[in-house]
Amino acid sequence: MGQANNKGYLEQTETIKTMIQTCIQCGTCTASCPNIEFMDITPRHMWRLLLMDHVDALFLSKSFIMCSSCYYCTLRCPRGLELTNAMSLLKQTASKLKLKQFQRSSLFYKAFLDSVKKHGRVKEIEFMTHFFISMKNPMIPFGFAPLGLKLMLKGKVRPEFPSGGSGKLTALFKKVAELEE
Amino acid sequence: MKYLYYPGCSLEGTSLEYDISTKILLEAVDVQLEEIEDWTCCGATAAESQSHLLSYVLPARNLALAEKMNSERQILVPCSACYLNLKKVEEVIKKDKDLLGKINAVLAEEDLVLKGDVIVKHLLDVLSNDVDIEKIKEISQNKMSGLVIAPYYGCQCLRPFTVFDDPEDPHSMDELIRATGAQPFEWDMGAQCCGASNTSTKPEAGMALVGRILKSAKGADAILTVCPMCQMNLESSQKKISHKEGIDLEIPVLFLPQFLGLAMGKTQNDVRLDLNLSDTGKLIKARV
Repeated sequence: MGQANNKGYLEQTETIKTMIQTCIQCGTCTASCPNIEFMDITPRHMWRLLLMDHVDALFLSKSFIMCSSCYYCTLRCPRGLELTNAMSLLKQTASKLKLKQFQRSSLFYKAFLDSVKKHGRVKEIEFMTHFFISMKNPMIPFGFAPLGLKLMLKGKVRPEFPSGGSGKLTALFKKVAELEE
Repeated sequence: MKYLYYPGCSLEGTSLEYDISTKILLEAVDVQLEEIEDWTCCGATAAESQSHLLSYVLPARNLALAEKMNSERQILVPCSACYLNLKKVEEVIKKDKDLLGKINAVLAEEDLVLKGDVIVKHLLDVLSNDVDIEKIKEISQNKMSGLVIAPYYGCQCLRPFTVFDDPEDPHSMDELIRATGAQPFEWDMGAQCCGASNTSTKPEAGMALVGRILKSAKGADAILTVCPMCQMNLESSQKKISHKEGIDLEIPVLFLPQFLGLAMGKTQNDVRLDLNLSDTGKLIKARV
């Protein structure tokens, strides 16, 4: 994959590996996962790949991006491992590496956070517009149109053009980026 | 009784009725709220998938603002995702002083300091443990008797922090439902996942989870939720999923305080039932 040479990638996966070091491969996480039928490899298998340093196979799979943060695996893990947080760290790594299978989720979250950075609070229509533009696929907005329209008719969201905002949280975002470098 | 109030972004937009009905219900049971001044987004699930530190800094900013207000020491949060994010900071900084240092290094940009002396509470925790349930009983006069109501808790008010209910088999809503004269619907889906943001980013997977919940709710007169994300997911695609599954899965879905408000004599307009996406007509015809 070539991406395994990326320094950040290895550092990140080392951190996650430490988090799951005492995994006993019991499979409770797999049995507890509500999204299992949409995963190509099971959570238990993912942790095994990570412990054996087969990170390429791990990032070729789209299993971790299916995690909906229900925290059942974390709750039930007999070793007390923070597996949902480990999933989040895998998502962060995939996002930083701009992995293709994570692109849709990653752009969605980026558009969301850009809106938060500018306004302090989420402006739903603005962030969805940014998301649609960044996806560069003219068909995607149509999947959301019926719900968007319903919400607009209820006055729950207002049509808005993307704006500059006040830069409300720009300083915080900048400092976080600095510290995480 | 008084709490600081963190509504969160959804309650200003897509879940406006949750904000309005929460306020009207709490007023009726003598709970006062003081909104945290200048609050901002908690980061939702977006921050944790992009940056570890940011996912702590965004909620921490709000806790620091709450501490600065020098008022109440408890923050009431109706949205489960916001609740978890704020709670996560409250819990983690008790142990991880290194992270607290980093958070404060960032918050210094806005001259804010986080000490860690406020407690974050979910609306359901307050309703089931702090509020006098006799008051709800007294005012509602069994108005909802004959109805069978399915309590849906979702994930993030129950897990990973097990604060006020059983994270596998929650029942904190049962007594509140009984207080209105209605009966809680017996089911195993109350603590199952609604798909969260997968309904937007991976619709096929998200809708499968919603479908499972709606199918299990067959036989109930309505579903109650305590989270904007759960509410949106359970309400917004009922027609589509019914069509796909070939059975009628349409059911009224209300926020818990909307239902309790109605039981206590508030009008449909008071609790803004017009804003719900599911068809609440059947429930209303029966009872209000």
